[in-house]
Amino acid sequence: MLDQYIGVLLTFGLGAVIVVAMVSGSMLLGERRRRQYEVMGEIFECGNPSTGPARGRFSVQFYLVAILFIVFDVEVVFMYPWALVFRALGVPGLIEMGIFIAVLGIGLGYVWKRGALEWN
Amino acid sequence: MLADLAISTVKALVVLMTVLSLSAALLWVERKGSALIQDRIGANRANIFGGLLPFNLGLVNTLVADPIKMFTKEDVVPVSADKVLHFLAPCLAVFPVIVTFAAIPLGDVLVIGDRTINLQVADLNVGILYVLAMSSLGVYGVVLAGWASNSRWALLGGIRGSAQMISYEIAMGLALIGAVMAFGTLDLQAIARAQGETIAGVIPAWGILYQPLAFLIFLIAGIAETKRVPFDLPEGESELTSGFFTEYSGSKQAAFMLGDFAEIIVVSGLATTLFLGAWQVPFLARDGWHFPGGISLAMPHLAVVVLQLVSFVVKVLILSSFQILVRWSLPRYRYDQLMNLGWKSLLPLALLNVMVTGTIIVLLGRS
Repeated sequence: MLDQYIGVLLTFGLGAVIVVAMVSGSMLLGERRRRQYEVMGEIFECGNPSTGPARGRFSVQFYLVAILFIVFDVEVVFMYPWALVFRALGVPGLIEMGIFIAVLGIGLGYVWKRGALEWN
Repeated sequence: MLADLAISTVKALVVLMTVLSLSAALLWVERKGSALIQDRIGANRANIFGGLLPFNLGLVNTLVADPIKMFTKEDVVPVSADKVLHFLAPCLAVFPVIVTFAAIPLGDVLVIGDRTINLQVADLNVGILYVLAMSSLGVYGVVLAGWASNSRWALLGGIRGSAQMISYEIAMGLALIGAVMAFGTLDLQAIARAQGETIAGVIPAWGILYQPLAFLIFLIAGIAETKRVPFDLPEGESELTSGFFTEYSGSKQAAFMLGDFAEIIVVSGLATTLFLGAWQVPFLARDGWHFPGGISLAMPHLAVVVLQLVSFVVKVLILSSFQILVRWSLPRYRYDQLMNLGWKSLLPLALLNVMVTGTIIVLLGRS
């Protein structure tokens, strides 16, 4: 049973080696300047002098999307075991999942109605 | 035991190399294909043999010259950036994508002597869950790249990217539930084998015939997950310079690009496995061809294996090329349109698909 995961582990190890080698490629092979120019270390703002750190406020909409994602993704996770044994459950299983999805649909409708999905 | 370990290592290496080389091939298809679509010549500068060949397909350009150039560029890290996260982000953008392929079967079994080798790195009984788990890790690369750079463009791109990826992940997961219901298993190799059967003895029983809507939703959500046109808001070079990887240079930027292409390969590979018959060639069984009408044609085992591998790669390349065609044909969505498509169209459609699939399975099981 567990020896299936040896393959996953091996892929992880080899994949990590390949990825780190690739990402650090420029550090090892890339050009190095003897003299450091101050502007080289600045962040790119279309050539204008930088106006300071960027981490400020951003639209609350993104938080809403994140929270909605948590809600709906957990529902999706619940549906996987059900989908797997669906044939064994038969009609009662279908009705139960119908109720579950209806609740989910009402939730989506509520969020929709309240304008949480509107972007402007 | 040692032999098993060696076989596993070889399989893991082969699969990783397959993903990387397919990504590189796709890079060439993209460069030359986009030129073809836009009536340009495309990459044709670099050449070997001093330009002795009468034609230049740009292979040297895209596969040799450009990678060398990328790797020998100076590695510029902004002073105000978070150094550790700045390094970690491209790793996290590529790593989960390429290891996803460990669960995707490239072929049936290869028999050498008394040893039967499953042409899949890890025959997981929860293959679909593994793939979903890995592909959802990709969002960390995007959001960390945006955050670590401490640049306005990068941060905006990172936030946009994370919101977009998690939105479409729900539709993607729901579309896969339809496929899980149709096949009754999460094991990708079992799903691939199930598609070797035929409906009424003539039509190959591919997943797309059972789940056409799920295939469509999966493909759209998959293209959105790869963050490419028409869903390239996180990169949007006309608005955000190059989005979340604005502050990356050299091989780190190359890593993001490679991650993009590897993602296309993974989405295509998964769509192929679930909906387009995986490595199956119609009417080709382990011992040879079995055409409808009782005509059989025996074939050596090795030829069958090679045909299956070729079939898988060809299907993946066709789907990937389709995605590149989409990328160069469509304009970019506006952000509200993007979110509307994900939440107001694909999500309800995917829920509907689950219910309709369930009803049909129950009705068929009854009669």
